[in-house]
Amino acid sequence: MELPIYLDNNATTPCDPRVVETMVPFFTSNFGNAASRNHSFGWTAEEAVDYAREQVAALIGANPKEIIFTSGATEGDNLALKGVAEMYAAKGNHFITTTVEHKAVLDTCKVLEKEGCDVTYLEVERDGMLDLAKLEAAITPKTVCIAVMYANNEIGTVNPMKEISAIAKKHGVLLMSDAVQAVGKIPVDVNEDGIDLMAFTAHKMYGPKGVGALYVRRKNPRVKVTAQMDGGGHERGMRSGTLNVPGIVGFGKACELCRLEMEQDAAHTSKLRDKLETELMKIEEAYLNGHKENRLPHVSNISFKHVEGEGLLMGINKDIALSSGSACTSASLEPSYVLKALGLGDDLAHSSLRFGLSRFTKEDQIDHAVELVRKTVLKLRDMSPLWEMYKEGIDLDTIEWAEH
Amino acid sequence: MAYSEKVLDHYNNPKNVGTLDKESKAVGTGLVGAPECGDVMRLQIEVDEATGTIKDAKFKTFGCGSAIASSSVATEWLKGKSIDDAITIDNMDIVEELSLPPVKIHCSVLAEDAIKSAINDYRVKNGLPELELEEKIVH
Repeated sequence: MELPIYLDNNATTPCDPRVVETMVPFFTSNFGNAASRNHSFGWTAEEAVDYAREQVAALIGANPKEIIFTSGATEGDNLALKGVAEMYAAKGNHFITTTVEHKAVLDTCKVLEKEGCDVTYLEVERDGMLDLAKLEAAITPKTVCIAVMYANNEIGTVNPMKEISAIAKKHGVLLMSDAVQAVGKIPVDVNEDGIDLMAFTAHKMYGPKGVGALYVRRKNPRVKVTAQMDGGGHERGMRSGTLNVPGIVGFGKACELCRLEMEQDAAHTSKLRDKLETELMKIEEAYLNGHKENRLPHVSNISFKHVEGEGLLMGINKDIALSSGSACTSASLEPSYVLKALGLGDDLAHSSLRFGLSRFTKEDQIDHAVELVRKTVLKLRDMSPLWEMYKEGIDLDTIEWAEH
Repeated sequence: MAYSEKVLDHYNNPKNVGTLDKESKAVGTGLVGAPECGDVMRLQIEVDEATGTIKDAKFKTFGCGSAIASSSVATEWLKGKSIDDAITIDNMDIVEELSLPPVKIHCSVLAEDAIKSAINDYRVKNGLPELELEEKIVH
């Protein structure tokens, strides 16, 4: 078995070799600018982009004309929210989102607030699900857009988009979704789901980095966003800038592969995920974070009480690439805001591991991961004062900790 | 972020993990940090009453690799030192020993606090006045 093993596929996925193969000619021989209208180099590039646009649209049940290519989902989120805020300013200035969104949505909302918009940040339930009654109650006559992620990047919880869009429609509000983790992994259909704007990216679905798309609905209703970059008026005037042709070609191929192989990929990852989870949950004081059923097939987030996440990763990351909910590696000592938003205590929020599997994950890799995680958890518990106190029956909440 | 060789070595082979009898008069216990900060350190010393030297030191730490390594180093340094010498261990000595990056300096501060807290616990148990400790503010 080759080491290290990659189980951090919510951060990024490897490019599928079939994707890379499709991209290569567009770096060297077919290098034309898709906007060059007067020669064959331009025509070839344009044709390739058109084809990719169809592949991308097909994966999400959209019309190719509704696909705006971007540099990734962060740009898509920014363009959607800021673009809607500007375009619909006459209608209202209120946005509704959730506290567990990706930073690309949350930080964009913070900017909108500075610019005079009102944003309601809805809290989610303990299992990461949004309370639909709370959502509906938050809508005001000034509300222009609801921004809710399709699936959460840390815990994999999938939101009921159909129900959410029904509420949005009833009140004449746009529904925007960051669908980065869901597209390509589970069936996403913008019409069935009733989504008006949707940002997603290639590198989470076995495509290249630096390319993504924003879906912008053209019918019922016709949605428009104000461009956030000025230039040549590419992408129906919504996103200027020479198109990343090789990236877009790769994105198209990645979308096609996901569409054709989704069932097989999901069956493969969920089988391995369930095995991993069943084994790890046998460890004493292990807790699953997020909703057990309504979630992505390839994600599992588990907290191991009385062991600190970063310390745990250190024992594992020589062999296995994983991510922890604890953001201790950055300058901040704050644990994951997503896990905190679920109402987890600091002890559990600091003790989590996020597993993200892929179509390339193998069973022996999962077996190795289980063994190594178990061994490291047990070793660290042997040196954890909290574990010792827990075993002595001391209630840790009654201790007055010297804040430091 | 890459860890230094010494941090890795202490993490993989921590020295002096364990528990001393906290009820014993010869043992001083320091418990510092808080679970919500992601670091809790318990450091214990056992003092030879005749000589006033630390004959054993043990730790248990909940925290990142740097916190575990800092406590491991601290217990190594404590063994064989007199109480008076032990109190002079400075967190920056640990930073230097382990090549801790700036974001991990708080781990060394925690270790220094744990040493002082253990010494004070021992002093109080043996009828000595508590030492005034200067606050180290790191964040």
